Amino acid sequence: MAKATRDAYGEQIRELAIQNPKIVALDADLAGSTKAAEVKKVAPERFFDMGIAEADMIGVAAGLAASGYIPFASSFAMFCTGRVWEQIRNSVAYPGLNVKIVGSHSGITVGEDGVTHQAIEDMAIMRDITGLAVYVPCDPTETKAVIRHVAETDGPCYVRLGRSKVEDVYPEGTDLDVTKVRILKSGSKVAVFACGLMVQSSLGAAELLKKEGIDVTVVDVCAIKPCDEEGIINILKDHETIFTVEEHSVTGGLGSMICEVAAEYCPRRIYRIGMYGFAGSGSWDVLLKEYKLDSQGVYEQIKERLNG
Amino acid sequence: MDIEVMRQHAKNIRISIIKETAAAKSGHPGGSLSAADIMTVLYFAVMDFTAENAGSLDRDRFVLSKGHASPALYAVLAEKGVISHDELLTFRGLHSRLQGHPDMNALDGIDMTTGSLGQGLSAAVGMCLANKLDGNSHRVYCLVGDGEAEEGQIWEAAMAAAHYNCDNLCAIIDENGLQIDGPTAEVIGPAPFEDKFRAFGWNVLSIDGHDYEAIYNALMAAKECKGKPTCIVAKTIKGKGVSFMENQVNWHGVAPNAEQRDAALKELEAA
Repeated sequence: MAKATRDAYGEQIRELAIQNPKIVALDADLAGSTKAAEVKKVAPERFFDMGIAEADMIGVAAGLAASGYIPFASSFAMFCTGRVWEQIRNSVAYPGLNVKIVGSHSGITVGEDGVTHQAIEDMAIMRDITGLAVYVPCDPTETKAVIRHVAETDGPCYVRLGRSKVEDVYPEGTDLDVTKVRILKSGSKVAVFACGLMVQSSLGAAELLKKEGIDVTVVDVCAIKPCDEEGIINILKDHETIFTVEEHSVTGGLGSMICEVAAEYCPRRIYRIGMYGFAGSGSWDVLLKEYKLDSQGVYEQIKERLNG
Repeated sequence: MDIEVMRQHAKNIRISIIKETAAAKSGHPGGSLSAADIMTVLYFAVMDFTAENAGSLDRDRFVLSKGHASPALYAVLAEKGVISHDELLTFRGLHSRLQGHPDMNALDGIDMTTGSLGQGLSAAVGMCLANKLDGNSHRVYCLVGDGEAEEGQIWEAAMAAAHYNCDNLCAIIDENGLQIDGPTAEVIGPAPFEDKFRAFGWNVLSIDGHDYEAIYNALMAAKECKGKPTCIVAKTIKGKGVSFMENQVNWHGVAPNAEQRDAALKELEAA
């Protein structure tokens, strides 16, 4: 049954909070939406609603981490990254405190709320902070694996989640190494690197391309930082043309990361599919269609480049 | 508390502040000197901090939210025997443990990395919540600058501390009345702090931040206050102890040259 990555987060953090008394959750008045409120159900004393005060939430999380706790601080991706970039840099990343920042409702698929709520720069601004890991899981199973991984791994991180329900990419219960890239479909000559919801769109696009005799490789890149350099280089070596697909600005995120690795180790022609500007209000499916980030849209964009 | 002992520690700390900033040829002497008496009483009469437990979480903690007063914190750590007085002269140098602003990973005894104004009080609230979860009786002290309190995050933290009944938290406002661009009252006017913190649900005390007995009594009264955090508004003199620095805004972030250093040390040593 399809569900949103944020729902999977709620289920996993609730389970971890039961198992580990050091896990605490903080939110900024969106706990019901981010699913951080799941912790409140099982450990109310370890759930802190900080109100609509994200800067303070990050600082309080830093103080809890400095005392040996493992805080998960969540809000919409826009407000727990962009609004508090400097707090994350100076109070969390510089001291290397074990704070887990979880941004839900990322990208344009937050939908009707419009541009003010659509984080399409979060990967870029989080990726540039020294020592801060960045993960973008694509489905519920991968989300749970990421949450378990970051809970067990000391150090600050940002986990990017989505609002809308997504199709399963992995069977429930699959054990995933979220630090490695994963080839979901093997093709030849053309490789498509995708993250988050764009993994599903890219798999759909690959189906459409296959009907026309174009067999592309599709790669799930969950670890944006630190990236699986070796895995990425191996895939670059085996392909001639590369596409990156992200529900994010084409600058600073997945596309940039792949370009950086390629430029240093294995230059290839790389086309970046993603957002080239602000979107607008609309239902998530309408927006994906409009910005050519659904399966059909990604298919068309790849086709156009390959024909060009 | 022995006032004479406090006076001697504070004198040594002020001497160190001058030596540090002069050696570094940069740093913030004014706000370090204004905080020296408050920090002296905290570290030598109130907190259970020792050179031996500096690396432990099992003690009271201090967050220097006004991180630019790092010379005062390093001077305290030297006076406590955590570091040598020689090391103080490495202040602000490459690879020094005494970074321009405090780095908690550089040195045991620095309880939080600070420097970007407005952020330390939130971290202190987090530490208080952790102490409550742990069920311990450790207290967290946080020194906030008056200019720093112009940052909105201070008031977010003030709201949270009261909401979560952080009676294990004591914030001290070092109200020296001056910030880089001029008197705080002329720049943007963050005062009155008493009314503001009271409205935010805090227990509020006002003191002369250079009166050892008043500082001590306020910190003890804060310990006794249950159910809410305490804010001590300490009226201080920027540059306190060095006559040519006192109440001079230009001594916020300028180090004394050799001649000024010698004059300052002479005055402090004679006091």
